[in-house]
Amino acid sequence: MSSYDFPDARGRFGAYGGVYVAETLMAALDELNAEYARAKADPAFWQEYHHELKHFVGRPSPIYHAKRWSEQLGGAQIYFKREDLNHTGAHKVNNTIGQALLARRMGKKRVIAETGAGQHGVASATVAARYGMECVVYMGSEDVKRQAPNVFRMKLLGATVVPVESGSKTLKDALNEAMRDWVTNIDSTFYILGTAAGPHPYPMLVRDFQRIIGIEAKEQMQEMLGRQPDMVVACVGGGSNAIGIFHPYVEVEGVRLVGVEAGGDGVETGRHAAPLSAGKPGVLHGFRSYLMQDEDGQIIETHSVSAGLDYPGVGPEHSLLKDIGRAEYVAINDDEALRAFEDCCHLEGIIPALESSHALAHAAKVAPTMGKDQIILVNLSGRGDKDINTVAGLMGITL
Amino acid sequence: MSRVAETFARLQAAGEKALIPFITAGDPSPALTVDLMHGLVDGGADIIELGIPFSDPMADGPVIQRASERALAHKVGLRHVLAMVKTFREQNQHTPVVLMGYLNPVHVLGYETFAQAAAEAGVDGVLTVDCPPEEAEDLTAALTAAGLDPVFLVAPTTPMERVREIARLARGYVYYVSLKGVTGAGNLDIDDVARKIAALREHITVPIGVGFGIRDAETARAISVAADAVVVGSRLVQEIEAATPETAKEQLTRLVATLKAAIR
Ligand SMILES: Cc1ncc(COP(=O)(O)O)c(C=O)c1O
Repeated sequence: MSSYDFPDARGRFGAYGGVYVAETLMAALDELNAEYARAKADPAFWQEYHHELKHFVGRPSPIYHAKRWSEQLGGAQIYFKREDLNHTGAHKVNNTIGQALLARRMGKKRVIAETGAGQHGVASATVAARYGMECVVYMGSEDVKRQAPNVFRMKLLGATVVPVESGSKTLKDALNEAMRDWVTNIDSTFYILGTAAGPHPYPMLVRDFQRIIGIEAKEQMQEMLGRQPDMVVACVGGGSNAIGIFHPYVEVEGVRLVGVEAGGDGVETGRHAAPLSAGKPGVLHGFRSYLMQDEDGQIIETHSVSAGLDYPGVGPEHSLLKDIGRAEYVAINDDEALRAFEDCCHLEGIIPALESSHALAHAAKVAPTMGKDQIILVNLSGRGDKDINTVAGLMGITL
Repeated sequence: MSRVAETFARLQAAGEKALIPFITAGDPSPALTVDLMHGLVDGGADIIELGIPFSDPMADGPVIQRASERALAHKVGLRHVLAMVKTFREQNQHTPVVLMGYLNPVHVLGYETFAQAAAEAGVDGVLTVDCPPEEAEDLTAALTAAGLDPVFLVAPTTPMERVREIARLARGYVYYVSLKGVTGAGNLDIDDVARKIAALREHITVPIGVGFGIRDAETARAISVAADAVVVGSRLVQEIEAATPETAKEQLTRLVATLKAAIR
């Protein structure tokens, strides 16, 4: 497979992606596309990006052998790519730094963002503070309740958090509201989109800024073990941490790529957030991809214990990788994710994000079916400090 | 000649501008929509824009978002919208109906299936807000083949080379978005709109309608000096929101009559 080169000039990943937005946004997307093309060819841009990743984020993030858990499972060896150790606690900051540097190049002094779990909101507020920009974060009012610590974190960083009351009051509605803000303030504002979705060029842009995860992992695995993993596992909300670790592996033979969606109460119950497992192609938020929708084409409400996976769509590149069979997508239910969350705490001394716990749960599920000499690399996309209220609540404890 | 083109030709001959009211199908309830459409015509509507409810109306302000939510509470989908148009046509064969909405409900039905069903129901034109010319090839072909007018948006931010491309594809009329923002916003600059329309006429031969943010008779009149048509949406939806089901039709008719009188 040496011909994997997406998106095309129209922002298409095969039959997915594209630019499905109202006319008012077209010029801004063209401008962003042109500026990114210039930045991409400018070594100084990447130099600053890598400098920031090293000195501000703390990259490279380590690879860690989850030895006790692997032993207990009795099969494949599980390794973590430790994105949880990044400044701000998740992979999201890799992308916000890249986009904020673009915003600065374009002379934009105001940035906006949507957020679900609050991790992208925190990462956006963080870079806005770092580069001296005004920051407004849209967040579904349901998520504002679920993720109170991150709401306060954003405020500490000087951002304005706007609770969104429309629709299902979660991530998709926050994205709608961010788009509405952008269309209204298009001259002054840069929209920092938080996942590898949205209209072209965002899916490409976000992927390019998250690829650092997979690029590092490839080098680190080679250095540590002299080989690449048999399987790479990542959770999929909009798909940015997954595409970040998958993309550098797409053309590496023998490495299985597995994306884990949120199964909520179980895919069979309809109460989930797993468009690749149970959705149909459609158009939302500026791009074509697998989507959770009813027979009228209305978007269905999603359900997941993790706010960051509670999204009815998925980045277009994952739809392509699914269709061409280069990646597999599975679903992990709330209860399975919570069990993995606890195991990771007890056996490895790491409190993982609930999002990442979905990837961990799948690794724990398949490891026993694999040989002891086989390797699973899990993208530990974030830490779980933000989730302690949710988990305590599920245990019947009030903090 | 399409019903839209006929309407504009008739108005032009009479030296009149078109009034295009917008309401969302199924708001406040599906049983009322056809009646409200007749009420719009009674007040002087020249063309009706009928909104297809959508769960994620990204380009709409709070007023039309709420209209969508009210309609969706009754589970009104695209198929119901087409049935409503069909019923409307039983009594009215002369007022063009243009469906306005987002792409996904149309996409899921299939462009050709949709275009044929819409033509059979008596629809005249279709505007999908989130489908710019770049993505519109298949849909436009299906619409045109079924004899429907594809209506496109032009925004204050649209550069002239895109205007030329839109002019090539657009039939019926072009919808100029009068401001940078969502429907119902309040930052309309009338002089700027007039200048922009003059520039657009160098490339666009079909009539030009203007909408987003036209909330009163005075603004409608001022806009109608430069435009061929004035689109009023949020203001009418607010009227529906404030009315009872019993009074909604009468109130809409009265409001539309005031607007039509202002631009005549
Ligand atoms: C820690 C963590 N992992 C994963 C995700 C899911 O997003 P994506 O699929 O874009 O990586 C989020 C989103 O908030 C997150 O906070």
